[in-house]
Amino acid sequence: MKPRIKFLLGGALVLGTAGYLMASAISETGVYYLTPGELSAKTKVDPTFYETGVKVGARVVNGSIVRDPGGRQVAFKMTDGAQTYDVVYRGITPDTFTDDVDVVVEGRLGRDGTFRATTLLAKCASRYENAPDKYKDTPGYKQAEKRA
Amino acid sequence: MILVGELSLWVALLMAVWAATVSFAGGQMRRGDLIASGERAIYATFAMVVLASLGLWTALLTHDFSIKYVASFTSANLPKIYTITAFWGGQSGSLLFWALILAGMCSVALWTNRDRNRELMPYVSGTLALVLVFFLATICLGSNPFERLDWIPPDGRGMNPQLQNPGMAIHPPNLYFGYIATTIPFAFAIAALLTRRLDAEWLAAVRRWALLSWFFNTTGIVLGMWWAYVELGWGGYWAWDPVENASLLPWLVNTAFLHSIMVQEKRGMLRKWNVTLVVSAFLLSIFGTFITRSGIISSVHSFAQSPVGKWFAGFLIVAIIATAYLVTTRLKDLRSHTELESMISREAAFLYNNLIFIGIAFSVLWGTMFPIISEAVRGNKITVGPPFFNTVNVPLGLLLLLLTGIGPLIAWRRASVANLRRQFAAPVGGAIAVGVIFFVLGLRNFAALLTYTFSALVLTTIAQEFYKGVGARRRMYDESAIVALPRLVARNRRRYGGYIVHLGIVVIFAAFAGLAFKREFDVNLRAGESKTVTDAWGHQWTFLSQGISRYRVLNREVTAIALDVTRDGKNAGVITSEKRQHVDSRGAPTFEPSTEVGIKGSFKQDVYVVLAGVRGTDAAEIRVTFNPLVRWVWLGGALMALGGLVVMWPQAERHRARAKSAVPARTPVHEQLPGLVRA
Repeated sequence: MKPRIKFLLGGALVLGTAGYLMASAISETGVYYLTPGELSAKTKVDPTFYETGVKVGARVVNGSIVRDPGGRQVAFKMTDGAQTYDVVYRGITPDTFTDDVDVVVEGRLGRDGTFRATTLLAKCASRYENAPDKYKDTPGYKQAEKRA
Repeated sequence: MILVGELSLWVALLMAVWAATVSFAGGQMRRGDLIASGERAIYATFAMVVLASLGLWTALLTHDFSIKYVASFTSANLPKIYTITAFWGGQSGSLLFWALILAGMCSVALWTNRDRNRELMPYVSGTLALVLVFFLATICLGSNPFERLDWIPPDGRGMNPQLQNPGMAIHPPNLYFGYIATTIPFAFAIAALLTRRLDAEWLAAVRRWALLSWFFNTTGIVLGMWWAYVELGWGGYWAWDPVENASLLPWLVNTAFLHSIMVQEKRGMLRKWNVTLVVSAFLLSIFGTFITRSGIISSVHSFAQSPVGKWFAGFLIVAIIATAYLVTTRLKDLRSHTELESMISREAAFLYNNLIFIGIAFSVLWGTMFPIISEAVRGNKITVGPPFFNTVNVPLGLLLLLLTGIGPLIAWRRASVANLRRQFAAPVGGAIAVGVIFFVLGLRNFAALLTYTFSALVLTTIAQEFYKGVGARRRMYDESAIVALPRLVARNRRRYGGYIVHLGIVVIFAAFAGLAFKREFDVNLRAGESKTVTDAWGHQWTFLSQGISRYRVLNREVTAIALDVTRDGKNAGVITSEKRQHVDSRGAPTFEPSTEVGIKGSFKQDVYVVLAGVRGTDAAEIRVTFNPLVRWVWLGGALMALGGLVVMWPQAERHRARAKSAVPARTPVHEQLPGLVRA
């Protein structure tokens, strides 16, 4: 066999393995990334979406955060406007987790309609840059508005 | 000054347009005056961008809050150093910073090639000018840092406290340098494709730039990891976040290129491949910038969504189509001069090395893009996380580590059995010995065991290479080992610098494997209470809370916990962790609170303490993480950077002597091009 052919075979083997690993890893660890509205639509059509690991991106409902005084549990509501879910999360919340922030939670939606999150990421629009509407709440802006 | 800066941005854009036009025209018509004018226009662009940058810096330092950028990212009480670094802290400023560095690099590239590669240079400067046009147009029309507010706030919003860290002040510029430096090799590749001068000439011209890019990319990534580790408080340094992946992609491709370039130099093979890699490194840099700034992929640390994304997408599409067209129409000129002779050869090892690098890059790209791909194909957004990247990349990474040990030992063209036996005896022996020792010591994690076995192989390979090199010098020049070692490295910088990089890689891999033994504990402590836990090494640690203190300092309010730490009953000092609420100059809180991690580091492990929160008045919620071998990651990163420096360092006297004999004297540009007539 020509070395070139041998190399190509070896290469195909390496890339094939990598491809197989990728495909299997996606089917095993890939999760749906949905909004509460989409999740609600899915569960209506296909009840297996209850108690299945999914990722949900939503906004924390203002004033809904309740921290368990003893332990590390936190409960809150998340919404995308179309659907609102209660969320329960055990663990340390990130610094950026406050009212009205966008969160990404990973976990399972129970049949009781409560989402049990195993991971909680808070994504703040102002992380590096302040969104313009957020700017309007600053004291400086309000003062300037008053003067105008 | 601010107005001057704003105006010079527009002048810079016009200059760059002029440079692009006359450079290509000059190259086509072979008119030296146009070519010279194009180059001068790029120098002028650089000067204009410098003026613009000085303008922005003036605005920042004089706290001119009428400028939106200044008001958005700084405040009157922000420490001066961060007021200066705020230049690249936000979207539009960082684009200006990009243009500044790009124009600077373009000027350096043109200057160092003023007597060289003259056939290529018109197209090089034309391509560079086009890239400059893109960035300057994006800044002027899409995201102008000099944009004014229609009201003047009394104070700015301040800088995100997480960015107020020395790591954050130097990590982004490093990454930018790495990203931007890919532009020069890209321009040379385009010029070589356009002129069909695809021999060694353009490769020699770009190697140093590719190395420079690799160097800054490496330091940028490692500094970013360090920043994430000490600042974000989640206990790790790499999360496979899209933005992190974006910085890894050009690095992988660049590293592949720095290996495959040797195959082309020695054997005339891989010519298509090398052009493709150089072009891809640039496109991936732009792509990385695009996904960071467009908000197309949700990332924990992306810039806010902005119209700039569209500009980048457009540029990317044009660049991909143009380069794909150029490469496919020149395939004939890119044919290999030789064929692979044997599977047991250095070049075959390099081929596999490249294949794996590209495999890793592809899997990272695929995983990063998967939410978009799956949504487009199947209508469902599906995300993959760290498990995906680890499943795919741990085996590929181990294979790569194995090749790092094998590659340097095999001869070029065709290795003989005698050669293999002689070269492999010690490294294989060393690897097996280390594997057995670790197994006997009780290491049962398969991936970690393989990592340490392969690491031993690479280490012995490197040691053997140095030993042989030093031995040869001692025989030839009768030097002592102490003299011979530095001279050996100095005389063969590429080779031995490369080995130092490999050493850094081994150290980093060994540290990664330590993550398998990470331990994490969540504890609740009131003042006077304590908790005892055991780490992966078997040490018993006791953490005794001294209670919580609250105080005000500089621009923040601090809530701190202090823990008395004992290890195996012996006093091990105090660890403190803080929660900081930053305030503006009038005492109003800005941003969300941030965490200051308490780290007690050693070469064995880091004890990583985070104050998660306070319940009631004195019950502290604390997360304690034992992170094994983390310090070795930074050490390995430093070694890689050192190796990169050794390779890049100019080969002083001999090099200059050779250059002198090759080029008799400086001649004006138009006289160097045969057949040029000054109009």
